[in-house]
Amino acid sequence: MEPTNDRDPNYFHKVVDCQWACPAHTDVPGYIRLIAQGRFDDAYMLNRESNVFPGVLGRTCDRPCEPACRRTRVDGSPVAICRLKRVAADLKGDISDRLPEIPEKKNSKRVACIGAGPSALTVANDLMPLGYEVVMFEQFDKPGGLMRSNIPEFRLPAKVLDEETQVILDMGVDIRYNSPITSLKALLDERFDAIFVGVGAPRAKGLELPGRHDEGETNIHSGIDWLESVAFGHVDTIGERVLIIGVGNTAMDCCRSSRRLGGKAIKVMARRPREYFKASPWELEDAEEEGVEIIVNHAPKRFVIENGRLVGMEFDVLEWDEGAVHSTVLDTVIVPCDDVILAIGQENAFPWIERDLGMEFGEWDMPVVDDVTFQSTLPGVFFGGDAAFGPKNIIWAVAHGHQAALSIHAHCSGEPVEVRPALGMEISSTKMGMNEWSYHNDYNPSPRQKMTHIELSKRFESLELEVELGFSAEQAAREVQRCLNCDVQTTFKAPLCIECDACIDICPVQCLTITENGDEAELRERLSASSVNPKQSLYVSAGLPQTGRVMVKDENVCVHCGLCAERCPTAAWDMEEFELQIPYAADSGILRIPVRRARAIIEMGS
Amino acid sequence: MTSIVKPIIPLASLPKNEIGLTIRDYEGAVSTLCAGCGHDSVTAAITHAFWELSTPPHTIAKLSGIGCSSKTPTYFVRGAHGFNSAHGRMATIATGANAANRELTYIGISGDGDSLSIGLGHLAHAIRRNVNMIYVIENNGVYGLTKGQFSASADIGSRLKKGEPNAMAPIDPVLLGLSMGATFLARSFSGDKAQLVPILKAAAAHNGLALIDVISPCVTFNDHEGSTKSYRFMREHEVKEIETDFIPIRKEIHKSLDENDATEITMHDGSVVRFRSVPSGYDPYDRQKVEEYIRERRNRGEIATGLLYVDESALDVHELNNTPEYALNTVPYQKLCPGSAELAKMMTSFC
Repeated sequence: MEPTNDRDPNYFHKVVDCQWACPAHTDVPGYIRLIAQGRFDDAYMLNRESNVFPGVLGRTCDRPCEPACRRTRVDGSPVAICRLKRVAADLKGDISDRLPEIPEKKNSKRVACIGAGPSALTVANDLMPLGYEVVMFEQFDKPGGLMRSNIPEFRLPAKVLDEETQVILDMGVDIRYNSPITSLKALLDERFDAIFVGVGAPRAKGLELPGRHDEGETNIHSGIDWLESVAFGHVDTIGERVLIIGVGNTAMDCCRSSRRLGGKAIKVMARRPREYFKASPWELEDAEEEGVEIIVNHAPKRFVIENGRLVGMEFDVLEWDEGAVHSTVLDTVIVPCDDVILAIGQENAFPWIERDLGMEFGEWDMPVVDDVTFQSTLPGVFFGGDAAFGPKNIIWAVAHGHQAALSIHAHCSGEPVEVRPALGMEISSTKMGMNEWSYHNDYNPSPRQKMTHIELSKRFESLELEVELGFSAEQAAREVQRCLNCDVQTTFKAPLCIECDACIDICPVQCLTITENGDEAELRERLSASSVNPKQSLYVSAGLPQTGRVMVKDENVCVHCGLCAERCPTAAWDMEEFELQIPYAADSGILRIPVRRARAIIEMGS
Repeated sequence: MTSIVKPIIPLASLPKNEIGLTIRDYEGAVSTLCAGCGHDSVTAAITHAFWELSTPPHTIAKLSGIGCSSKTPTYFVRGAHGFNSAHGRMATIATGANAANRELTYIGISGDGDSLSIGLGHLAHAIRRNVNMIYVIENNGVYGLTKGQFSASADIGSRLKKGEPNAMAPIDPVLLGLSMGATFLARSFSGDKAQLVPILKAAAAHNGLALIDVISPCVTFNDHEGSTKSYRFMREHEVKEIETDFIPIRKEIHKSLDENDATEITMHDGSVVRFRSVPSGYDPYDRQKVEEYIRERRNRGEIATGLLYVDESALDVHELNNTPEYALNTVPYQKLCPGSAELAKMMTSFC
């Protein structure tokens, strides 16, 4: 193998599994260390730089970082990254003086944002400090988009959402509430310099079965619309027996909201076995804790209407083959109920975009959007969040917003949007003295801390009562020590090595090998510890001075304990803190790289 | 010195040996020797060898004397028995322990000072008695613990860190062993575990004293230009005379065609040691030829390594002395102390 180019920002970035997996590439180990030091404001600001809504995401994020977490490979459970983010948000002080300054003199560019959800707010957050005028059109009378309408308050208190949306609006965004856009043409006529579409995926998928539109249809609800009505106070009761069709996270929010609005016997009906559920495991657990019954292998067949009233639903009871590809019907049952909520997914709808404007529409009647620049085929019109590529999660919307803001800035500056700013890196030694490092390198065997929930007996008193209480100070202090500091990188200088094997002998996970060079597949056969994850890189040195062999490190199992560097007599190994520098619109003097590499950077988290 | 402990990390991917233990179960405390010390690599090789042999830790006894080398038993197999004896006296303690309990696997760790200076007499007699043990000399040519004076194994002309050359002739443990009647002689290099681990395993299977001279560079006092026991010197002057494979008893032996000319020896316990790439004219069973060969290499300034001499037919300490077949602690009390009537009977036999 060729020696690893560890000056390529993406090499060490990939070692930081959580940051690599996060669509917004939040510096997770960095903020966890700040929490450990009690620097909550710093931890919050470090989060905010990449993910903009730490308080919201600390409660609601889909956490792509956690399954990726290195700690999982060590003791089976990841660091509670999401919960720690909430710790930073909950314990921070006043950060208003640390927000970017908004120039009084504007740059005479006007940008329209359609929607006030996470992607559009991120665009505003990135563009306002550059002097842009941002006009935001929101259909409801409050900002937040799906964060407000689809996430119940017992998971995300309004106060948290209000605070983080208001911070952006206070930058001077011209927000126009109750202003749904009904025609893109009309908006184009207003001659904005750029338009950003962040309208989400607002339409619930239907379930066209017999009885759907009969007299009982007032008791058949569509999930996201029903949640929206609950969020805005238009609905405050539901029948005692509720069936939820679908097992995504929306279904979980529906069943738990029903529990709080009077539902007593609530069943979530799933077609497939449990391992194929879309809902996050923790949301399933929370729902079951609240007495919601989850029933697998039931495919809806028809709505049962008697005397103009919904009285139940008929299901086929299925048996699946291995891999749950084919099913056979074992039986048919009728499950009685008072209400049915359909939560089988949502989709995009753009009835307000005229099709004669020159904007190309592709598959499923979705506008064609470039996945790097987020620009549609109509120059100056950008998409982001669920509106761009269909339903994803908040953290994706934020990542889209950052990229769209970069494109809008380039577009408005008369530069090509395809040329993207390069990712940068900073790396510096953490050595403080003999066996002293500026990070806590002791491995801490603590198990993952459990989130405390409000007691079941009190939980259903009101819809607004937040269920998760957040980590206590002690829990947070323990959980931060579980982080393995993957951003403190082992770096190796081949010319200094005397091949004494000290690093290999001390490594607690046997991730180092000195051996003859070879191609990657063959080299993986000869490592000290067998290579179990070929997706993780091998760190390969140049030829060593005495024998010409190479030092190979399997990044998969390293726990960043620094013992190799402590035992190295010549300081060939060092522990260096790596910082990924992600370009945002507000950065100036940035390097520019061609779009192909930029595409790789965008895709690496997926 | 290391300030922190080597953490136990319960990686699911860590392999287990035949008795269900991971390599981490064969480790000891974290070394307090200098970072980069060759002895730590020898420690790691011993850890690997015992783990691969699946030797139950409680059936191992590790012994040492005084010196940097003699600190190292602390750093491997924490579940083993241990004895840190007086300077140069490891061989005597091992002889006594072996006489009392022949069922343990004995490994003595010594250095060039401990074995070739103060303890030379004890080493010589342990070799003669063919005490059933692995005897490792971690040989770095200097007294590291007293800041780097020449030891008895320093080569003529080798220089100290500040430049003084050595004028006295060295004691070569392998040549010494040959002349004392040793039955298993090997030399290796701490920087070459691929060679050292099979030698250690073969040594564990050997019936008698297995002497392994391991060149183990002193990274602090003897790893400079002009030293003949530095990492660089070893890498430039080591000649791997023989490559050795160790095949445990339970494994079926497959010979590939090109290995048909390989020499094999069946050890006392039924395991097999196979020699590969034996140079023509070399015979690891011929004491005289081996001695000539090593001297010849030595005169050329080369260091011959590998399992250099084996005699599996010799009698070990127990056979020589006709000792009981079992450990003394398992002999019933009545047999150990037959009582006054028996004593009286015996006394009358002298009358």
